[in-house]
Amino acid sequence: MTNSAVTGTGLRVVRGGRDVLRGVGFAIPRGSVTGLLGPSGCGKTTLMRAVVGVQNVAEGTVEVLGRPAGHPDLRARVGYATQNPAVYADLTVAECLRYFAAVLGAPAHDVDRVLAEVDLADRAAQLVGSLSGGQRGRASLAVALLGEPELLVLDEPTVGLDPVLREDLWALFHRLAAAGTALVVSSHVMDEAARCDRLLFMREGHVLADDTPDGLRAKTGEQDLEQAFLRLARAAA
Amino acid sequence: MNATITAATTRRVLTQLRHDPRTVVMLLLVPTLLMTLLRFVFNDEHAFSRTAPALLGVFPFVIMFLVASVTTLRERTTATLERLMTMPMGKLDLILGYAIAFGAIAVVQVGIATTVSVLWLGLDVVGSVWTLLLIAVLDAVLGMALGLFVSAFATSEFQAIQFMPLFVLPQFLLCGLLQPRDRMGWLLNWLSDVMPLSYAVDALTRVTTSADVDTALVLDLVVVVGCVVAALALGAGTLRRRTD
Repeated sequence: MTNSAVTGTGLRVVRGGRDVLRGVGFAIPRGSVTGLLGPSGCGKTTLMRAVVGVQNVAEGTVEVLGRPAGHPDLRARVGYATQNPAVYADLTVAECLRYFAAVLGAPAHDVDRVLAEVDLADRAAQLVGSLSGGQRGRASLAVALLGEPELLVLDEPTVGLDPVLREDLWALFHRLAAAGTALVVSSHVMDEAARCDRLLFMREGHVLADDTPDGLRAKTGEQDLEQAFLRLARAAA
Repeated sequence: MNATITAATTRRVLTQLRHDPRTVVMLLLVPTLLMTLLRFVFNDEHAFSRTAPALLGVFPFVIMFLVASVTTLRERTTATLERLMTMPMGKLDLILGYAIAFGAIAVVQVGIATTVSVLWLGLDVVGSVWTLLLIAVLDAVLGMALGLFVSAFATSEFQAIQFMPLFVLPQFLLCGLLQPRDRMGWLLNWLSDVMPLSYAVDALTRVTTSADVDTALVLDLVVVVGCVVAALALGAGTLRRRTD
C-alpha cells in the first residue's frame, strides 16, 4: 500500500464542450490536509467530483485508497461535502444526520459525535431550513464526517463562517489528519493556504504546483503564498 | 438491495412529510373532498355510483403523480441525490423507499375516500369493498411510480408540473370514463389499450358492478401491477452515479 490516499494521472474532464481539467496529475497523502486552491472556475470542484467518483471522466485515472474512484467498496470509506449544503431542509439536523448514518451503516451515536465536532449540538432539534447559511454548511460537513471515513473531500467548507468557527474547523481538520485521515479541502481564499500541510495550486484546468507550503516558498522565493501563486501563474502563462 | 437502507429512506420521506402538516392534510383529504363534490354535482345516487368508482382511482392517481414527481425532482436538483449516490445506497433502495412511503400514504388516502363514499355518499359496490380498496391503492401507487419515473425527464419544477397534463390527462380522457373505449376510433382505442389507467378504471368498474372475481378482473390487476413494477424499475434506471 502506498502512502498516497489518492493518485490522479493524466486526468481530463470535458464539460459542455470545454476542457475543465486538462490532463492533471496529483497525489493526496494520508494523514494530512491537502489544500486545493485556485480562483473560482479553475476546476477545483470538478477535480473533487472526480476523486469522489461522480464525475464522468474523458481520459486518465484516479485511484482512491487502492481502488478506482467511485468503486462500490469506497462508498462508506469516502466522505464528501459539496459546496452547496446537501442536507434536507425539511428535516431537523438530528433527523437528517440519523438518516445519512443509517445509509452509511454508521452507529447511531456517531450523530452526537459529529454534531459536537461541527459545534451544532445545540441545534440538533432545529429544522435545517431554519439554520443560517453557515450552520447549514456545517450540518452538511457533519454528514461527511459520519462513519469516520478514511478520505474526506470537502468543497469550500469554511465559506461564510466567522473567524472563530473557521479556526475551530481547521483545528478539527488537523485533528482528523493526525488520526490518519486524508483530507482534501478546497478554497478560493489564499489566506487558508498556510493552514494546509500540502497545496495543490490550480488555474484554468491545470495544476500549477503540488508541494508543501515551505517547498513552494523555497521554489518561488516568495514568503507570501499568494505571491508564490502569482509567480507560478505568470511562469505558466 | 438493502432492507435497512430502504426502511431508513421510507422513514425519512415520512418524517419530511410530518414537518409539512398542510401537505399531509391535503394528501389525505382532497380525494374525499372531490368525491363529495362529485356526489352533489350529480345529486343522484345512481348517476354517482356509475362514475364514482373510476374517479376513486383517478383522483389519487393524479395527486400521487404530482407529489411524487415534485418530491423526487427536488431530490434530484438539490445536491442530496448526488450525496446519496456517493454512499452505499442502491438505486432500487431509494426508489423503493419512496414507493413504500407514498404507498402507505395512498392506503390511508384511498381508505378515507372509499369509506366516505360507501358509508355516506351512497356508492353502491356489488363486489367486495376490499377489492375496490386494493385497486384504488394500486392506482395511487401507479400514479406515484409514473411520477417518480417521469421526474427524471424534468429539469425544472415548471416542466414537472406540466407533465401532469401531458402524461395524466390523456390517460383520463381515454380511460373509458367519458366515452366507452370500444366506441373510440381505432387509433384512440389502441392508445387507450397501452395506457395503464385504462386497466385500473376497467377493474374499478368491474368490481362495483359484479360480485365475481373473474379472469378479466385479474388480468386488469396484473397489468396495473406490471406497470407499477416497470415504472419503479425504469425510475431506478434513470438515477446516475456519474454525471457530466
